[in-house]
Amino acid sequence: MEPPRWHTNVLIPCPWCGDREEVEFRYGGPVPAGYPPDPQTVDDRAWARYLYYRPNPKGALEERWVHTAGCRRWFRLTRDTVTHEITPASDASA
Amino acid sequence: MSRLPQGGRIDRSRPLRFSFNGTSYSGYAGDTLASALLANDVRVVGRSVVYGRPRGIFTAGIEEPNALVQIGPEPMLRATQVELVDGLQAAGLNGKGRAVPEQDAARFDKTYVHCEVLVIGGGRAGLTAALEAGRSGDRVILVDEQAELGGRLLTAGWNDWLTSTITQLSSMPEVRLLTRATAFGLYDQKLALVAERRPNGQRLWQVRGRKIVIATGAHERPLVFANNDRPGIMLAGAVRTYINRYGVAPGQRAVIFTSNDSTKPLEADLQRAGISLEAIIDVRTGQAIVDTVAESGVALESVIVVPLTGNHNRREIQCNLLCVSGGFNPALHLFSQAQGRLRYDDGLACFVPEAPIDGVEVIGAASGDLNGRGQGTIVPSWVIPGDGEDWSTHFIDLERDATVADVQQALGTGMRSVEHVKRFTTIGTGSDQGKTAGINESAIIATQLGQPVGAVGVTTYRPPYVPIPFALLAGRNRRELFEPIRVTPLHTWHVAHGAVFENAGQWKRPRYYPREDEDTDAAVARECRAARENVAAVDVSTLGKIDIQGPDALEFLNRIYTNAFDTLKERSCRYALMCGADGMVFDDGVVMHLGPDHWLATTTTGGAAAVLDWMEEWLQTEWPDLRVHLTSVTDQWAAIAVVGPRSRNVVHSLFPNLSVGPDSFPFLAIRENEIRDMPVRLHRITFSGELAYELWTPSWYGLSLWEAVMVAGEPLGITPYGLGAMEILRAEKGYIIIGQDTDGTVTPQDLGIDWMISKRKPFIGQRSHRRVDTTRTDRKHLVGLLPLDGDALLAEGSQLVLQSDRTSRYSVGHVTSSYRSPTLGRTFALALLQSGRERIGSTIYAPLDGQVVAASVVEPIFYDKENARRDS
Repeated sequence: MEPPRWHTNVLIPCPWCGDREEVEFRYGGPVPAGYPPDPQTVDDRAWARYLYYRPNPKGALEERWVHTAGCRRWFRLTRDTVTHEITPASDASA
Repeated sequence: MSRLPQGGRIDRSRPLRFSFNGTSYSGYAGDTLASALLANDVRVVGRSVVYGRPRGIFTAGIEEPNALVQIGPEPMLRATQVELVDGLQAAGLNGKGRAVPEQDAARFDKTYVHCEVLVIGGGRAGLTAALEAGRSGDRVILVDEQAELGGRLLTAGWNDWLTSTITQLSSMPEVRLLTRATAFGLYDQKLALVAERRPNGQRLWQVRGRKIVIATGAHERPLVFANNDRPGIMLAGAVRTYINRYGVAPGQRAVIFTSNDSTKPLEADLQRAGISLEAIIDVRTGQAIVDTVAESGVALESVIVVPLTGNHNRREIQCNLLCVSGGFNPALHLFSQAQGRLRYDDGLACFVPEAPIDGVEVIGAASGDLNGRGQGTIVPSWVIPGDGEDWSTHFIDLERDATVADVQQALGTGMRSVEHVKRFTTIGTGSDQGKTAGINESAIIATQLGQPVGAVGVTTYRPPYVPIPFALLAGRNRRELFEPIRVTPLHTWHVAHGAVFENAGQWKRPRYYPREDEDTDAAVARECRAARENVAAVDVSTLGKIDIQGPDALEFLNRIYTNAFDTLKERSCRYALMCGADGMVFDDGVVMHLGPDHWLATTTTGGAAAVLDWMEEWLQTEWPDLRVHLTSVTDQWAAIAVVGPRSRNVVHSLFPNLSVGPDSFPFLAIRENEIRDMPVRLHRITFSGELAYELWTPSWYGLSLWEAVMVAGEPLGITPYGLGAMEILRAEKGYIIIGQDTDGTVTPQDLGIDWMISKRKPFIGQRSHRRVDTTRTDRKHLVGLLPLDGDALLAEGSQLVLQSDRTSRYSVGHVTSSYRSPTLGRTFALALLQSGRERIGSTIYAPLDGQVVAASVVEPIFYDKENARRDS
């Protein structure tokens, strides 16, 4: 008998290692607005926004995680902050 | 004896001895403690927690609120759940269990499993679901809290079906059946926690199921009437269980008090057991029991029956067993924990799942299918008035001794939410979590307020479904297995030489090496003097070490650290600082330029993992174009610092062909050499301010190198030293320890180390150094403190104020490091002080424990300000 197929979204989907338990990962927070190419040209308000403001939606949130106890790669996923349902990113970019 | 001559699933060929409250009894294999007590006519098991009322066995299962017992170190077990074993010694509780000081000998383990289908509950619905899932070849785990699979069927004579089903399931290789296993928590993403009782302890199963099937059945609920708590009053379904499953007659003269059809089969069971059925009081026919009598003050002797309407002719019926059924509550605790919502069903008079949730299926009685229970038509009678206005013996929660009077009082104070009433009355907060009480509470609130039950709702179900020992959650992660212990390659030497160890994160590091009769201070002072006056050595292998390679390594380091490395030649190193994007000091270390495109950075002992994650984050998320590879080599290198004015002599004798003069091997230079075939890299770096060499070798040579250092230094009297001396030596020089002298709110400018900040290139955190907040002039600066009384030791963490009397209202800083310096012959400290650099020369005060220590504010360097010793 062919072994049963096992795919699920109940674990964290590392794009390099597959689904693993959350304890292997470190949370990297919501994907921030990009680091300004030249921070020195950014005014105080915009810089404070980069430093301290994070989205906090009820629903889908794009996040970064790092597989600390595995391949050490950073990657993105989308997590529903209500149901914790996780949707893997379409590619493995960090 | 109330044991029936035949029947039941007990093994009469295996009698067992046990004791209860010091008296010896006997039972059979297959008994629970509860069934064995009933077979021995033990009717009173304990006393209630608030009123001390006698209480007996009320149920036959996990929902038991009354029959709590202590067995050895286990303080609150349900007699209905305890399997009888030979020699069992149990004691009834007077409300509370007793913590036992002795170590629990039980063993607790954990295991992690995945499956396609997890079925919770091994009754008819659960077994059927498992069989169906098993046939598809899926991995199936079925857990059931009882010793035997079957649930209600064990009472109902389904033996052939049970045997056949279990045989089929057992033959399926991908199906695992777990008995004595209670699923007590259902968490996000279908993680179920299951506690399995084993002969000498428990095992925690953490099960990830693609699909969860909840087949947890339903709990019968009692009716609420005056004096409804006496021993002899029992749920009707429990009476059937004791008769049919355990072959026990729980009484001789019975009355049935019911609101539904589920008690029908009980009539035949009672007859078969030779129990006389004195009366059936069915609220649907307009009758009710309004009180119970126990002349002796202990167990039930009679009940008082009146018609609910019309004339109030009282009737007293003698009986010692009252079988009560108020309907059924689907066991939806786990469904609710998984965020499933409930709806009140008027026809069933209970809460059922409102809507399915993804991946979690509820089946059988738990879903509200009460046909198997034979509930039929139900007329819910949530509370039955007594003779008078007294509601103080209408017990809702037997374990908590909470009554209708308590609910009335809660409502009288204006509370309306079921959650508030729960907290006021404590209903549902006992170790049984109100399994027989919760829905009655909601319905009684609804009755009192004239609202529908569904509008009142139920309190939130939270894990755990049953009491779980903390020891089970800890498993083997206790004592030396609580956390990994890391030791350096030199550890055995430290142990053999009597080191006193200190935890530095997971590392064990020597604090000092006492000689005979030395106390801590004396040993640390001796080690300090050796480093300042002669030669000493310290194991610094715990430093985090990150190997950095690639054509863009220099650019990467320039961006990560505040320092610029363009001018750092190969075979040289530099003290380096990194900040977070917010500009606050994050970590420090030494960056070593080892060769073309090859660098190595050390980190603080505690910061190694976080710094590597941090570097990888920037490399992978913001700068993926940089060609750089990072590798943790913390464990690959042993590192030994040889320190002191005579360290050069020791290094020279170890490496006779190495030129060690101050010009040929200057401060911050790196050299490579070897001792026999042992490769050694030498670095002129110092964390003490003295002339010092840091000797690195691959970790498997570490112990040999340390022993070689000790041999070479012996003629000079080389002294091993530990963290105690190391901290004093560095503080005398004003060298900070990240995390002790900084706390994530401190900039390099606050520390007065602006010289480490490059102005010629961008780095992480640079922009933040000109924010309004970081350029304030009243920020806290790192300063030195010298107590006016050189014997007074400031406590680390002491707050600092500006006045010596009690008029200071605000703290202006705190002490970060404080020591007795053998070198200075006095105490000294480092502190973060508001506008600290402007306060140098003034006096500051540290009030603590009723005393005030006055100290002069000075520059944060106490020794060799010119660095003459370091550079010598």
